[in-house]
Amino acid sequence: MTRDEAQSRMADVMERFLTLACRRLPDDVYEKLQECRDAETSPLQRVVYESYFENLALAQKLDRPCCQDTGLPHFYIRCGADFPFIGAVEDALRDAVRRATVSSPLRPNAVDFFTERNTGDNTGERMPWLHWDILPEGSDLQICVYFAGAGCSLPGRAQVFKPADGYGAIVKFVFEAVSGLALNACPPLIVGVGLGHNIENAGVLSKMACLRPLGTSHPHPKGAKLERDLLAGLNGLGVGAQGLPGERIAMAVHVESSARHTATIAAAVNVSCYTHRRGFITFHADMSCEQSSYKGVTL
Amino acid sequence: MKKVLTLPIREEDIEALHAGDVVYVTGSIATGRDDVHRRVTAEGMDSPFDLHGGVIFHAGPIVREGEVDQLISVGPTSSIRMEAFQAQFIAKTGVRLIIGKGGMGPATAEACQKYKAVHCVAMGGCAVSAAGQVEAIEGCFWRELGMPECMWILRVREFGPLVVSIDAHGGDLFAATRAQAAARRGTCQEPVEDSVKDYMTVE
Repeated sequence: MTRDEAQSRMADVMERFLTLACRRLPDDVYEKLQECRDAETSPLQRVVYESYFENLALAQKLDRPCCQDTGLPHFYIRCGADFPFIGAVEDALRDAVRRATVSSPLRPNAVDFFTERNTGDNTGERMPWLHWDILPEGSDLQICVYFAGAGCSLPGRAQVFKPADGYGAIVKFVFEAVSGLALNACPPLIVGVGLGHNIENAGVLSKMACLRPLGTSHPHPKGAKLERDLLAGLNGLGVGAQGLPGERIAMAVHVESSARHTATIAAAVNVSCYTHRRGFITFHADMSCEQSSYKGVTL
Repeated sequence: MKKVLTLPIREEDIEALHAGDVVYVTGSIATGRDDVHRRVTAEGMDSPFDLHGGVIFHAGPIVREGEVDQLISVGPTSSIRMEAFQAQFIAKTGVRLIIGKGGMGPATAEACQKYKAVHCVAMGGCAVSAAGQVEAIEGCFWRELGMPECMWILRVREFGPLVVSIDAHGGDLFAATRAQAAARRGTCQEPVEDSVKDYMTVE
């Protein structure tokens, strides 16, 4: 296969995958949302969840994006060092975004700074956003697609603390972020907490935390416990779906970390709305592929 | 029974609403978000669509643009972004019903009382259901702002459910929820802070 053929194949597949991923929730999120619905008892929460599930069913039936804010396309990529078409990936993804904007359709959301013009096709300066991790072994390319909407981007924040502030500062920071603007971000949320040494490394980790499959936990027992404790604490605030009174403001809290500088503790919080449109797909060296987010769906 | 507000909305219709009520709306409503609000207030332009007794919907739809524009999905965006403009917007346009998502601030709440308007929330993310309640796109103004930001005029029938979040009597559902969350925060946060107080200890 030539590079051009690989690029064209990837663009075709990714256009279809983007179209799929903006229409339905990944299986793990759908199941968790059902669980959250069942935990709510108030009539108002019932109205909200009925609307949620009716809309998700209708989006599939009518073959339309389930939320009008199809966000900006983010791709978190894990690329085996021996994947043969690394050079084709960025152009393929850019093509896929342009084409899906028309064919799906996606809402054109990309506005370049300073010209302040909507580009019309969801591409623009450094958009789509690509994050690369190179894996030392293997020839697979794993792509995580995420539609980054505005409502759930708005509460995002990062701060660097002094070691004297300790882990308590992290807890306080998460509570502040979630009990503030995140009420408006279409709960129940996935709360991603990134811990590192400065704002950009904590920020990237907080997004990776959001993207992690539900049901997984931080590898360190203390990290995993912090996730459970934060979830229980946040869900005690008395806030439910849509930020209205209820029981579950969050579906999950995920923590991702890197080593920190001995003299800093950086924390970032990123939240994802309940329409957490995130899908995983893997391309092999021969450009065959499979997705792992939607059971029973072939591309 | 469904409580349906039919446009134009009168002052007495607004007086009858209270935070927490579930309502639906029928008539021709206008979308408008950050840019529309900035134009009408900070930039001093007139709303191209008469909003007296009308509805401003904080929303940016997906429209398949063509000879006839086709509405694909439409749903509310975070209303708090419009807080800086909303009070002046209400005063200037005579709009009665603001539809959005999440809470707004004290300036909007005050303007709702003063000018007899309410803020309602539509269900965030439920954009296909909402599009199904739109009978037609009746117009589009300020298209140069781009698809999400321009003003779409949508003819809706029994659009909802909408939950009244800020009424004209000083009721504010999100302020109440936030206050409750703030009151509970200590008891929710302290055990978590406690659980990490030894985390700085070297393992």
